Amino acid sequence: MSGPHAPIAELAAGLEQGDLTSEALTSACLEAIAAHAGLNAFIEVYSDEALAEARQADEAIAAGRRRGPLHGIPVSLKDLVDVAGRPTTAGSRVRRGHRARVDAPVVSRLREAGAVIVGKCNLHEFAYGTTSEDSAFGPVSNPLDGSRSAGGSSGGSAVSVATGMAVASVGTDTGGSIRIPAAACGLVGLKPTFGEVSAEGVVPLSRSLDHVGPITRTVDDARLVLDGMTGRRSGPLKPAGVGALRLAEPRGYLLDLVDEEIRAVFGGALEALRARGAIIAATEIPSAALGPSVYLGIQLVEATAYHARTLEKHPEAYSPAVRLRLELGRYVLAEDHVRALAGQRWLRREVDTALEGFDALALPALPIPPPPVGAAFVTIGDRSEPVRSLMLRQTQLFNLTGHPAIVLPCGTTAAGLPCSLQLVGARGRTADLIAVAAACEAVFSSL
Amino acid sequence: MTLDAWKAAAIEDARARNLPDLVPLIEALARAIEALRRAAWNEDASGAPEADA
Repeated sequence: MSGPHAPIAELAAGLEQGDLTSEALTSACLEAIAAHAGLNAFIEVYSDEALAEARQADEAIAAGRRRGPLHGIPVSLKDLVDVAGRPTTAGSRVRRGHRARVDAPVVSRLREAGAVIVGKCNLHEFAYGTTSEDSAFGPVSNPLDGSRSAGGSSGGSAVSVATGMAVASVGTDTGGSIRIPAAACGLVGLKPTFGEVSAEGVVPLSRSLDHVGPITRTVDDARLVLDGMTGRRSGPLKPAGVGALRLAEPRGYLLDLVDEEIRAVFGGALEALRARGAIIAATEIPSAALGPSVYLGIQLVEATAYHARTLEKHPEAYSPAVRLRLELGRYVLAEDHVRALAGQRWLRREVDTALEGFDALALPALPIPPPPVGAAFVTIGDRSEPVRSLMLRQTQLFNLTGHPAIVLPCGTTAAGLPCSLQLVGARGRTADLIAVAAACEAVFSSL
Repeated sequence: MTLDAWKAAAIEDARARNLPDLVPLIEALARAIEALRRAAWNEDASGAPEADA
């Protein structure tokens, strides 16, 4: 296997040994973009530039100037990230006419690592949604099942990786926007520790909650792309020994409302880990149920402050649902915002405490399978719940607290829809979390 | 501002701005803020000791 679906380490070896060229790999991605145009994953494709960059990569590698494992690897970007001389649309008509002056630092880093940028991906408008259905460029479709949401807001990024349009993609995550579409499309999505990857040059949704990270096919690919984004070299992946893993299930709010089929797959995944020696125990995040209230008290305010000027001048330029969320932020009182900031600090301590003695928290990435396209509510048991709050339910807490979190596939529903495990690690120890995820991935792939 | 007064003012403003679809969102936000105001981490100006997380 040497196409865009192969692991980056394998592609990198092929490129280094001359068995594969970046030009051929990039051409395969561009062909996939054309073949799957109906999925609406891309807003702008950099065909000529990408092929030119690929040829330069091939020449440099042949001349012994290989920069590392990302050299010659095609990567896509969520169209929230600046590329010099190009528009950053944020999926919105509001940004019409924009052109970025310089590359965002995360793009500069990836270019320094030799990555080939194939284009910019579609997203939920201004990253303000979980389905990628509200975009000025039309909705993104899930390649696994066109009747289901691709997840969001980095929906185009996930679809680009799932279909071989790119080997990896750069996404952003303010409440789950890397992890949700990765889970909906059966991929790996990594939200690093807050601040670990620069968010400069990235259109903000909520600056104190925004994270930048990779969407990939494997955990090792996520590690390699994170290295590229940060300029670090983490060395070969060393999966943690499954028999030495100590995982904690956060009982209560985060596991109370889960679709029965998802719960069964999640339980089976933990059982498989337990059978190989992992210790899985219960832990508590006592105030987790207050996470959405705290989140709203911060995220609404920050998003609205950023958009206030355009919201007043051109409210009609926003999609209706995004406009309403922005309008809502205008009503939050300062005293409640301060309460939310105190709650953020409180929740961070609670998650730190819940992790004590454990390598990671383990919980479903999504409490439901990817929801039907256009659905505002779905039923769990006998309850009808808003899709948006369900899709954020398991993820947004860790944007508040800044802990690194990664999702990876751990099974499927009877209908073949992906189910994903979310692992949450200690702040500042993303590499350790990746090692835990790699150990779990090895077990799940052998089932 | 009490929560009830805040909610009533917000809904009145939304309707005055011809944004009736905002009303259910304001009602949901009011429930979230009610929970936020009841949270254990809120300080007490009477000097009562703060609880620890």
